[in-house]
Amino acid sequence: MSDWGYVIAGWSITAVVIGAYAVWIVLRGRTLSRRVPPEDRRWM
Amino acid sequence: MTAETTAAPTGTSSRGSRLLGVVTLAGLALVVVLAFVATAADTDMGESVRLIYVHVPVVTAAYLGILATTVGSIMFLWKRSEWWDLVAASSAEVSAVFMGLTLVVGMIWGKPTWGVYWVWDARLTSTLVLFLLLLGYQAVRRTSVDPLVRGKRSAIVGLLLLPNVVIVNRSVEWWRSLHQEPTLLRLDPTIEGLQLFTLVLAIAVATLLLGWLVIHRFRLAWLQDQVDRRWLVDAIDERRAEVPA
Repeated sequence: MSDWGYVIAGWSITAVVIGAYAVWIVLRGRTLSRRVPPEDRRWM
Repeated sequence: MTAETTAAPTGTSSRGSRLLGVVTLAGLALVVVLAFVATAADTDMGESVRLIYVHVPVVTAAYLGILATTVGSIMFLWKRSEWWDLVAASSAEVSAVFMGLTLVVGMIWGKPTWGVYWVWDARLTSTLVLFLLLLGYQAVRRTSVDPLVRGKRSAIVGLLLLPNVVIVNRSVEWWRSLHQEPTLLRLDPTIEGLQLFTLVLAIAVATLLLGWLVIHRFRLAWLQDQVDRRWLVDAIDERRAEVPA
């Protein structure tokens, strides 16, 4: 593999993992917030 | 004040976190342009030097997350506050993600630089130990449903993290290591000009990304605790209702 191959692999894995983690947090938060009354989920 | 601004949010986001997200995304776009287009290849490392703009920021963010876990752990042991427990837990989980990526990207960078993906050298091994400690922290949080017991156990593990960060950081000076010595944290940084600017910007953006993730993970953990608490209260009420008066 050329140097560019390693560069693309490193950046891509980082983007995919962090992106997937962020999406999971946001979607799970939306699901759970429906089960919590509004007065208990007022963020600063 | 309009009805929209007074309504409770339907997820983990708020106006502040959305603004932070937009700034972070803009910063990430700028870092990608600088890292892939504007900066030149290195005379020694060639094109693979572009991995420095993701590897160093990711590990720096992991260290800052661990610092937040340590502060949260100390404050929980002192105040016994759920808020601090969730700060510690949220930042520990985000740090585990960043530390795992540090290892993976480091291995990918090691192959063109050293010819191998992995060697049992001081820096790599101590980083792996730190990652396993972060996984251990996650395991400890799942050993008890009692919030106080869970908080105390995980806070004790949380206090073990920061000393390990010092060991990882100093390992290249304390032992012979394949890994290069510090690039930035020295009197004469080994990079300069646009490369230095890009690296510093990437570290700043990674710190913003860490902040966004910890804020949202904290709110998710808070919501989960509220749901668990309600489930417990409902279960107790159901059992009471079954008992004849």
